[in-house]
Amino acid sequence: MAMTRTHRLGIDRIACDGRGLCAELLPELIDLDEWGYPIIRDTIVGDDLLTHARRAVAACPVLALRLDRATDRQ
Amino acid sequence: MNERPDAVLTGQAQDGRSGPHGARLLHGWYSTGGRADLAEHLHRYGPPPLPPGHHPATLLIKAVEEAGLTGRGGAAFPTGRKLRSVSEGRRPAVVVVNGMESEPASRKDEVLLDLAPHLVLDGATLAAAAVGAEAVHLCLPRTRADQVRRLTAAIEERGRAGLDRIPVQVHALPHHYVSSEETSLVRWLNGGEARPMATPPRPFEKGVDGRPTLVDNVETLAHLALIARYGAEWFRSTGRPDAPGTTLVTLSGAVRVPGVYEIPLGTPLGSILGTAGGAAEPVQAILVGGFFGSWLPAAPAAAVPFTKTDLAAAGAGPGAGVLVALPQDACGLAETARVLDYLAAQSARQCGPCRFGLPAVADDLIQLAWGRPDSALIERLHRRTGQLPGRGACRHPDGAARLATTALHTFADDVHHHLNGGPCAAAGRQPVLPFPDAQAPQDEGWR
Ligand SMILES: Cc1cc2nc3c(=O)[nH]c(=O)nc-3n(C[C@H](O)[C@H](O)[C@H](O)COP(=O)(O)O)c2cc1C
Ligand code: SF4
Repeated sequence: MAMTRTHRLGIDRIACDGRGLCAELLPELIDLDEWGYPIIRDTIVGDDLLTHARRAVAACPVLALRLDRATDRQ
Repeated sequence: MNERPDAVLTGQAQDGRSGPHGARLLHGWYSTGGRADLAEHLHRYGPPPLPPGHHPATLLIKAVEEAGLTGRGGAAFPTGRKLRSVSEGRRPAVVVVNGMESEPASRKDEVLLDLAPHLVLDGATLAAAAVGAEAVHLCLPRTRADQVRRLTAAIEERGRAGLDRIPVQVHALPHHYVSSEETSLVRWLNGGEARPMATPPRPFEKGVDGRPTLVDNVETLAHLALIARYGAEWFRSTGRPDAPGTTLVTLSGAVRVPGVYEIPLGTPLGSILGTAGGAAEPVQAILVGGFFGSWLPAAPAAAVPFTKTDLAAAGAGPGAGVLVALPQDACGLAETARVLDYLAAQSARQCGPCRFGLPAVADDLIQLAWGRPDSALIERLHRRTGQLPGRGACRHPDGAARLATTALHTFADDVHHHLNGGPCAAAGRQPVLPFPDAQAPQDEGWR
């Protein structure tokens, strides 16, 4: 089986000011709490959601969301 | 405090080898009953065994790894591994000694710095040699002016005696709960506010002046100073193979002789409270770790050995070595509500989930303890506490959530009574847990 590369979502919690765009663009992985701050349900981003995740990262107005390449699932 | 020798430790036999047996860090105190000044310290231990020349002390790193020393600042991370990572950085390192002790129920760092300051300073100097550091910073709370003065004098005296290759710089920082977190120290030392920073990079990669930075608790470094002298095997001769050595604990609440004690790791919680003269009145629960800690029901907790693994299995952690015995006639919910209120006020207010989540959880707990809780309260409280962990730049929300969650579990009967009958009589009682000013730090108060 081919090696699967995975990506991991990360949030700079200090930079994040709860605009909530990420949850709109990536509802599969991101919820918002009652104050509008993101709750990441799963930090691992499968290949199927990679495009959506990239879009969400690019849309964050304060650059708080990032996508890191993860070498393994842990 | 410390009116009587530690019962657990004095029972141990000497086996004839070098190095203090029984109490280690507090050995001098138990044998002289006084503070160890430099003369007394040198008489007992000699100068810190620095390696010849300016080569990093790789042997010391190896000894610390073999000793199995873990950090005493809260996370119990293997100290040897951290020393090695910092020593392998590409640029010369920096050592930061964390003497802030922001945990209100802890006194052990203050007592250690008071009774055996030169053990801590030896540890700082030896750790600096081990990682090849070019600067050493000792961070102390601004509120302990006496301590700052005494340590400054002790360092000057060591300078005259030529003990430290690199002079230790003393700093007095704002004393808020999160200003002692390691990235807060780094940020403050770099000229900023003593508030946590987003990671990565972690201080061991890039800290003070952008250099690899070793941040260690004062007690951790005092143990290191003894390992440098007596070796890993000596260190492992007490405690348990998987949790070697001794540790300082602060015992308070319903015990006869509250204070700071030194115990072998692996001692059951019940025996630890025994060193403080045992229970002064019936005890319902034990707070283990501190304000970031866990409430455990007294009876099963008494048998749990004080090690990271055993405590984890019981739903707790060693934290800063705090044990508070909660008397039967106190209200665990009221105690917890007050702590959450304090922790909420102490948030650095940088991260949304901490800034809004902690006050919300605190308000729910206050309602539960003293108010008229609505029917949705418990569900809301569980949801809100469940959402805190992992959602701050630092672990402040995680610690607060742990305390709240374990309270709901351990005091489940009280939750039921409060929901159905309103506040209990004990909710109005004098608080058992100590509180410094619960004032929210003002903006300028972070520098
Ligand atoms: C909110 C917060 C407060 C902390 N306060 C202290 C403290 O007062 N003293 C301390 O040694 N470590 C404290 N720590 C842990 C430090 O960040 C750091 O892990 C520790 O100083 C490392 O030393 P050690 O490995 O020797 O334990 C705190 C951590 C957090 C999240
Ligand atoms: S989690 Fe809370 S205390 Fe920690 S950095 Fe964020 S706001 Fe500050």
